[in-house]
Amino acid sequence: MTSIVIVTAGLSDPSTTRLLADRFAESVRKQDGDATVSVVSLRELAHEITDATLTGFAPPRLQSVIDQVVAADGLIAVTPIFKASYPGLFKSFFDVLDTDVLTGKPVVLAATGGTARHSLAIDFAMRPLFAYMQAMAVPMAVFASPYDWGSEGTNALVDRIDRAVAELISLLKGNGTGRGPSDDIDLFSDTFLSISNPPTD
Amino acid sequence: MTSMQFGLFTVGDVTPDPTNGTVVTEHERIKNTITIAKKAEEIGLDVFATGEHHNPPFVPSSPTTTLAYIAAQTEKLILSTSTTLITTNDPVKIAEDYATLQHLADGRMDLMLGRGNTAPVYPWFGYDGSKAIELTIEHYQLLRRLWDEDVVTWQGEFRTPLQGFTATPRPLDGVAPFVWHGSIRTPEVAELAAFYGDGYFANNIFWPKEHYIRLINFYRQRYAHYGHGEPEQAIVGLGGQFFIRKNSQDAVKEFRPYFDNAPVYGHGPSLEDFSEQTPLTVGSPQEFVEKTLAFADYFGDYQRQLFLVDHAGLPLKIVLEQLDELGEVLPQLRAEFDARRPANVPDAPTHAARVAAKIAAESSPSSPEPVEGATV
Repeated sequence: MTSIVIVTAGLSDPSTTRLLADRFAESVRKQDGDATVSVVSLRELAHEITDATLTGFAPPRLQSVIDQVVAADGLIAVTPIFKASYPGLFKSFFDVLDTDVLTGKPVVLAATGGTARHSLAIDFAMRPLFAYMQAMAVPMAVFASPYDWGSEGTNALVDRIDRAVAELISLLKGNGTGRGPSDDIDLFSDTFLSISNPPTD
Repeated sequence: MTSMQFGLFTVGDVTPDPTNGTVVTEHERIKNTITIAKKAEEIGLDVFATGEHHNPPFVPSSPTTTLAYIAAQTEKLILSTSTTLITTNDPVKIAEDYATLQHLADGRMDLMLGRGNTAPVYPWFGYDGSKAIELTIEHYQLLRRLWDEDVVTWQGEFRTPLQGFTATPRPLDGVAPFVWHGSIRTPEVAELAAFYGDGYFANNIFWPKEHYIRLINFYRQRYAHYGHGEPEQAIVGLGGQFFIRKNSQDAVKEFRPYFDNAPVYGHGPSLEDFSEQTPLTVGSPQEFVEKTLAFADYFGDYQRQLFLVDHAGLPLKIVLEQLDELGEVLPQLRAEFDARRPANVPDAPTHAARVAAKIAAESSPSSPEPVEGATV
């Protein structure tokens, strides 16, 4: 049985980042019925994480979460982007992990931001962090801006989440990312279907 | 006119002549375009198409004005566009401008719709460039109705709703202008052409043939899917470009500075590599004929062949000489394309033929209802 842990660093409650984490949980359950999924909210561990950065050891509640992350087959890391990068809480959590505990672990990178102009933060901030930890970040990352939560962008967002999760599951089964270049034209996209169904009065 | 149409399409660029730095004025460029169109008729070409651009160094921002002026000075030439921007023009204005041109030219016109490839143009006309494909679809679906239905009530995403609106004038003889859809990369545009049974045009200039084969085959299959005929009966147009002199080496020597400094591909690949990898011919008339005839091997027998001749700063004198060269081999091109053409491949669309087809369909009560949107 596959175990997936989703770590979310959303700071508000309710949080858009938590919402994105929950979408990932849905997608995992949809694509792999045997998988166990748990969501860890770092906000609830903020004090313990700060304590651990000062003392050098994790209090019991934080340690049990760390154990869960280390034991998971796959990780999905979801963070808000503030001021061009992830917030300190997100970084501090990974700072208190031992250096090698994520080595070789498949990780999906995902982020939310107040503007689409933050979207590359996944690649210039998150990806180097996991590269340093020698985790295996899957190629497909998901960034959600306010546009993606509107009526127009939602379908595309769900589609990107599904593709990222599919890569993670495929990697866990030893099948690579399961994706390759494709020349296929999707005749059933919303845009294509709108062509043969012109609006009537 | 034979079963296949040959013609010119112009981008309308004002580019300095790289051999001497001469730059024509906008006034000269516009007037030269008229001279070139009249020359096209004189050498026996069937079609003259102008681009639509709204930024320097291009001059043709008002295609129907230019085309109506040419129509008044020609007898047989079909006036067309390459392309009319379906994204940033209001479909109501397209319907009316081109219907007016259709009346003035006595049906000697059609048009090619395209998205345009200049991102900043969208906000100049109040549109969002990230919606280019959606705009193309919605605008064309409305344009189709404005021509095909006398009274239109419509609501969409990108323009104000229409209540009981009639675009005027109504199309000549009750037959809307024939529409080509030009695209070099967008399968949705091929799908749009296929759904309505319209023509599909691949500019066939910048890239190797394999790129265009994929799109044209897709269009042909979808044309058949929507019940307009067999795949080989779909209406296909192609671009092409050449520079020919009697002696092949003269052509290469004379054209090289223009090629090397041309917009788009200048300062890139060598003339030799580009000629080998794309449909460009720089050589003798016979080399040009052979390369052009091969298009039908790659893309299937097709209906319209347009050439880009007046570009890259070539002076008017050379452009007119090139047209004389083209005129000399044109009968051979027509004969050889016709000789290889299967009987079931339709002729290029003309207004007269489409009117005759409409009358025939209406006077034969036993014939089935035509597929909605089908080419008549």
